[in-house]
Amino acid sequence: MAASSPRRPPRGRPLALGPYLLIAPAVLGMLYLLLYPFGRALLISFQDFRLRELIRGDAEFVGLRNYEALLADPTFWEVVRRTFLFMAVNVVAIMVLATLVALMTERLGRAGRAVVLSSLVLVWAVPVVAATTVFQWLFHSEFGIVNATLTDLGFDSFEGYTWLADGRAAFAILVLLIVWQSVPFAAVTLYSALTTVPGELYESARLDGADALRIFRSVTFPLVRPIFMLVLSLEVIWTFKAFVQIWVMTRGGPGDATTILPVYAVQTALAHQRYDLGSAASMVTVLLMSGVLVLYFRQLFRQEGEHL
Amino acid sequence: MSPRRTLRWLPLHAAAALTVVICLFPVYWMVATAFKPSRDIQSYEPRLIPEEWTFEHFRTAVQADGFALFWRNSVLVTLGAVVLALVVALGAAYAVARLRWRGRRQFVLAVFIAQMAPWESLVIPIYIISRDTGMLDRLPTLTLVYFMITLPFTVVVLRGFIAGIPPELEEAAQVDGCTRVGAFRRIAFPLLAPGLMATSLFGFITAWNEFTYANFLIIKQQDSRTLPVWLSSFQTTFGTDWGATMAASTLFALPALVVFLALQRHVTSGLTAGGVKG
Repeated sequence: MAASSPRRPPRGRPLALGPYLLIAPAVLGMLYLLLYPFGRALLISFQDFRLRELIRGDAEFVGLRNYEALLADPTFWEVVRRTFLFMAVNVVAIMVLATLVALMTERLGRAGRAVVLSSLVLVWAVPVVAATTVFQWLFHSEFGIVNATLTDLGFDSFEGYTWLADGRAAFAILVLLIVWQSVPFAAVTLYSALTTVPGELYESARLDGADALRIFRSVTFPLVRPIFMLVLSLEVIWTFKAFVQIWVMTRGGPGDATTILPVYAVQTALAHQRYDLGSAASMVTVLLMSGVLVLYFRQLFRQEGEHL
Repeated sequence: MSPRRTLRWLPLHAAAALTVVICLFPVYWMVATAFKPSRDIQSYEPRLIPEEWTFEHFRTAVQADGFALFWRNSVLVTLGAVVLALVVALGAAYAVARLRWRGRRQFVLAVFIAQMAPWESLVIPIYIISRDTGMLDRLPTLTLVYFMITLPFTVVVLRGFIAGIPPELEEAAQVDGCTRVGAFRRIAFPLLAPGLMATSLFGFITAWNEFTYANFLIIKQQDSRTLPVWLSSFQTTFGTDWGATMAASTLFALPALVVFLALQRHVTSGLTAGGVKG
């Protein structure tokens, strides 16, 4: 019996080696599968690394040359600008809609709430590639339901309209797709935060004569603020990294109308075989995102720093 | 109902109905298209409700080249990643939630940072590393990558669940003669079931969905492809067979939908237990 084993440590004192053995696999995994690739990416971004170097493996260090080339390229700046625009449009739409849906869900009766929450969860569970394919079908130029409906409503210019051939229209469809996919997570999370607000607070605010908007501003929002900020930072990060939807639907096109930073990095590296420039673009992406991460961590530590 | 109540009731329920319709319509349209005969799909006046139902497109999708194989690949990779992440994360989460040791804070911080890792930025180095170690075009590579993508999240959520179980329960069992491990296995582990379910569900969805690595690490060996990549290449394979494409999308989404809906209660409690809150 293990209980009578002499090697058992005295009660109340932790095993000396135990914790380290328990975390070892996780630490090894993070070192080999996360930190090491990241180090390689950083290294490549300082090298002359193209197809030849990929095959022969004798890359030369060129200092900051890749970064200089990248920052001197007007296309790159256009992509950065577009990335921020894409992120801002998506995040604002997601947060506004999710807040409205969460507030609405809270006011519904039991049955209505169940129906709304179930349909949100259903959307949440649709795989990204499947959803992207469905949106391609909805906006199909000839047989798509969107064009058919718009034509029926009297907008005859939409008959046979090729959405993905126009930069702005393609951009708009991608925003629509990402918002549709992201609102469920944000709304469900905000809703669960709202349910923790004690009802007495609303009652006393109402007795004081506050209207709905005022109650939201002074009672509801301050209480769900931590969760709201958290969802906000997550959505910023997620839309900043949006790749699959764009790659599957437009590959960044038409032209480069839907090319945002992750798409740009992959295009540069894998399509043009400029692994060095692609890595440099990835590093710039990481740098920009770390700015958001700092905000996230400040929030996190303020919230439950004492548990860490 | 008084007019005043109707005034409050109506806009709220109209908004709710609109939300449900917007949420469900694309999903409905996918399924409806999959069941429509081809001539109804290629119609300039699409019908909301199929006039006729057919399984023809599902047959086309299932009989398409490699469907069974890619399905099997996806299942293997997904299960492998989820099981690996659960086992590794359980140990780490226990160490963080229950034991005191030097470096604990640093480890938790590393896990949080790893949770935010810019995975898309690591495709190129992981491609190069896999090629150099002869792991390109192989399913275990995907399993390892997905394991790493889901691991930090799994640690964070399981830590939340373990911390939620009072340590006194295990201490009592230890007083009664259990070992530390035995006490955890008999007392805390059964209480962890919802946490394990929630995290494995998230791992499942992540791995089942993953496209980028599956697309760029499996290049020459087409037999190692997974369903998302197969689905994205479906249109070129089949020209414009939208019926088959939608049937394939439905078949691909189905497991995720079913599992997610069945466990949605645990998902929400999993989120509040620590997934999102940190």
